[in-house]
Amino acid sequence: MIGLEWYLGVSALLFVIGVLGVLTRKNAIVVFMCVELMLSAVNISLVAFSSYMGDVHGMILVFFVLCVAAAEACVGLAIVIAIYRNNITADISKINLLRW
Amino acid sequence: MAEYVWLIIAIPLAGFLINGLMGLSSESYRRQKSVIGWLATVAVFVPFLISLQIFLSMNAGSEATVVRLFTWIEAGDFTSEIAYRVDQLSILMALVVTGVGALIHLYSMGYMKNDEGYWKFFTYLNLFIFAMLNLVMANNLLLLFLGWEGVGVCSYLLIGFWYGDIKKSAAANKAFIYNRVGDFAFLIAMFLVFRTVGSLDFDVIFSNLDLFQGDLAFWVAVLMFIGATGKSAQIPLFVWLPDAMAGPTPVSALIHAATMVTSGIYLITRFSGLYMTSPEAMLLVAVIGGLTAIVAATIALTQHDIKKVLAYSTVSQLGFMFLALGSGGFVAAMFHVVTHAFFKACLFLGSGSVIHAMHHVEHELEHEGKDVHFDPQDMRNMGGLKEYMPSTYKTFLISTFAIAGIPFLSGFFSKDEILAYLFNAGLGEFGAIYFALWGLAVVTAFLTAFYMFRLTLTTFHGTFKLPTKFKGAENAAKYLHESPASMTIPLWVLAILAIFGGFMGVPEFFVSTFTGSESNVNWLYNWLSGVTTRAAIILPLGVKWILVAFAILVAVAATIIAYKKYDNDKGEETDAAIKQRFGGLYTTWEDKYKFDEAYEASIIRPGFKLSDRVLAVFDIKVVDGFVNAIGSIVQFFGSLLRFVQTGVIHTYAIAFVLGVILIIGLLIF
Amino acid sequence: METFFFVFVATFAIGTALAMVLSKNTVNSALFLIMHMLSVSGFYLTLNAQFLAVIQILVYAGAIMVLFLFVIMVLNMDEDEQIVTRVNFKQIFALVITLVVFAQLLYIAGDYSGILPDLSQQEMIAVGTVEAIGDELFTTFLLPFEATAILLTAAVVGAMLLAQKNVNVEDEEE
Repeated sequence: MIGLEWYLGVSALLFVIGVLGVLTRKNAIVVFMCVELMLSAVNISLVAFSSYMGDVHGMILVFFVLCVAAAEACVGLAIVIAIYRNNITADISKINLLRW
Repeated sequence: MAEYVWLIIAIPLAGFLINGLMGLSSESYRRQKSVIGWLATVAVFVPFLISLQIFLSMNAGSEATVVRLFTWIEAGDFTSEIAYRVDQLSILMALVVTGVGALIHLYSMGYMKNDEGYWKFFTYLNLFIFAMLNLVMANNLLLLFLGWEGVGVCSYLLIGFWYGDIKKSAAANKAFIYNRVGDFAFLIAMFLVFRTVGSLDFDVIFSNLDLFQGDLAFWVAVLMFIGATGKSAQIPLFVWLPDAMAGPTPVSALIHAATMVTSGIYLITRFSGLYMTSPEAMLLVAVIGGLTAIVAATIALTQHDIKKVLAYSTVSQLGFMFLALGSGGFVAAMFHVVTHAFFKACLFLGSGSVIHAMHHVEHELEHEGKDVHFDPQDMRNMGGLKEYMPSTYKTFLISTFAIAGIPFLSGFFSKDEILAYLFNAGLGEFGAIYFALWGLAVVTAFLTAFYMFRLTLTTFHGTFKLPTKFKGAENAAKYLHESPASMTIPLWVLAILAIFGGFMGVPEFFVSTFTGSESNVNWLYNWLSGVTTRAAIILPLGVKWILVAFAILVAVAATIIAYKKYDNDKGEETDAAIKQRFGGLYTTWEDKYKFDEAYEASIIRPGFKLSDRVLAVFDIKVVDGFVNAIGSIVQFFGSLLRFVQTGVIHTYAIAFVLGVILIIGLLIF
Repeated sequence: METFFFVFVATFAIGTALAMVLSKNTVNSALFLIMHMLSVSGFYLTLNAQFLAVIQILVYAGAIMVLFLFVIMVLNMDEDEQIVTRVNFKQIFALVITLVVFAQLLYIAGDYSGILPDLSQQEMIAVGTVEAIGDELFTTFLLPFEATAILLTAAVVGAMLLAQKNVNVEDEEE
């Protein structure tokens, strides 16, 4: 049997890769995809716990996380399209109108 | 019966609230003049009846009843309650206040009939009665001080009643501010009392009088006396009282003759036990009283305004009362308070009647179309009014006889007792000074009779002088008329009291000399003996009779001389002759000894300079600067913190991650 | 056998994740993410979560990633020339704090002893079945379920509104 800690380790690594992507990349779409990566890392951890504890609630939570991730991706991409339409760029380091 | 004492206090308060609130809120109520007037008068008359009931249920030996209503302040060791003391002294004062007050309310209904602020006047009057009753019936110094300040406030409101005239407002300010100086001293006395005894309750203070020794007794007594000089218009704080004549005449009668100004004397009488332990303080009281008496009497001699003469006369008579207090005659002082209330109120109301008539003359002349303007209070425009105003004349004359000290009227008995106590004190400690004061008092008594008859004779005898002095006023005399019944009835009641009121304090040696045995005919002395101490009279009987004879001689002589000099329109030439005879002195008297000017130069102007140069600068630079500085600091930090909002998403993301690190760190550790 | 499968899937997941983050071409990143989703689905299968494994592929890889690809196509994304143009302070700082987070998470992951109950294989399988999930979902979690439906509707409507062309400006200028 694989121990629980291996799953948690993999989940942590994937999460951290996602964080790195969010902090480093300039393209808005890629940043979004890294956010999705972070969400799925968390999902792995939840399912692992749920399975090893014999509790179904973890799976339910994953189900809802999936739904919310879908909704969020939908709206976020719509915003990116709107920004792109006005500024002809998807480079987030150039979008800084709300500054001091 | 004494449990109903709270009604005495509550009913004037209710009158104040009803008249005040209804008058403030509804225009139509303000026009119901008779409702307002009768409500206010009844609100003072009913307490008079209740006080009378309580008075009749007591006798000279009754114990003081203390009626506690509720606890007012409770802070650590200090407790102060709303508690009223019903004893012989306080019920006597309550009778005077409510009795004379009710008469003056009745008078005001006629006097103020055509005034716009009719409702306000009666509201303030009721408030005044409420405050004054608190003062005289309080059982602790704090409640007394509440009444003390309350009468000061009402005095301010009523003196400045016609506030449209800036001079009258200034007079009201003057009264209040000079009072405050005295109140400051009174407060310090209260602090000292609290520190010595631990409470401001009369019961506690009076049972612990032995804690006040030597210097402490002197200072508490003197500080209280300074407070009394403020309220009762003695040197150095008397200058507000003549200016207070700017208020309506009923106010002058009630507040500045009968009640408020006697509160200082009431205070010292209440604390007679304390004063007896400090002969130096009593000496100071007597000296100030004596000086004030003679100063005021000399000034009164030079005045031409009726009300000013009466005002200075009040100051002088108050000086007499303080002379009595200073020589140990506390009962004598209270006696003079009561008789003075009668005849002085009658004199003031009479003068109000005269002024009312002169105003009417001016009014009618204006209706005719003649443009005549004169001071309705100036004696030199009057004369011969006795044909036109018989009731006013008769009551005025009776009161003048009383104040002069003509035998068997009330003033005679009280003034005589004061002179006797003074002479008696001359045989004791500080004897020489008391003898000198006795001499001053005799001269003052002479002057009192003299200037009072000067006033009466110039105003009522001779011929009406207005027509000769002003063009266009030739037949003004036909407009003179007697005042309505609402004004003359109080005059007569007071005059009768002025005649017979003296018999409450007939000295017992009057009777005992003839019956050969002790008699208890001095009702007032017996009545108050339980609540005040008094100095022992060590005069032999013969000396007492000689003093009485001497006083009668002085009074009668002054009357006759005044009659000779002022009757039959000889007033102006006599005044001129006196002026010539006394030259420089006369000018000093006329300038009121330049008290006002001295205060102006030494205290008021430097005070203005100080606040202008120092305090205003402090206020603007330091206080405002501090507040503005706080604003600038906030602005400064705001300007720094705004740089957090960079607008770049990566920065926010980094902030997120840092937050996550922090939270996980906190959770782990 | 299990271990081998786990290692294979784990490598695949991590590899595609890294590839996605480091890829210059946006379309490539999306495709790598799709493969990552497949490997995560593989994880779910080793954990006996049958329902979620299938749902993952259907929803995530099938719907969400297709949405991403559509948007990339619509916006005609150029390639980034260099991901890291120069090594500046921000990148180093990001790397550092990321490593800190990783360290913290690993610390937690290794620290959990003694909380797992003893379960047989049968029980573990029973948790991830459709019946088990459906049982809980439609009784205890009915309200969140319905709310999520509304949420998705709102998201779709909102997205449509946000992404539409600005029609109002031209119409009002008549």
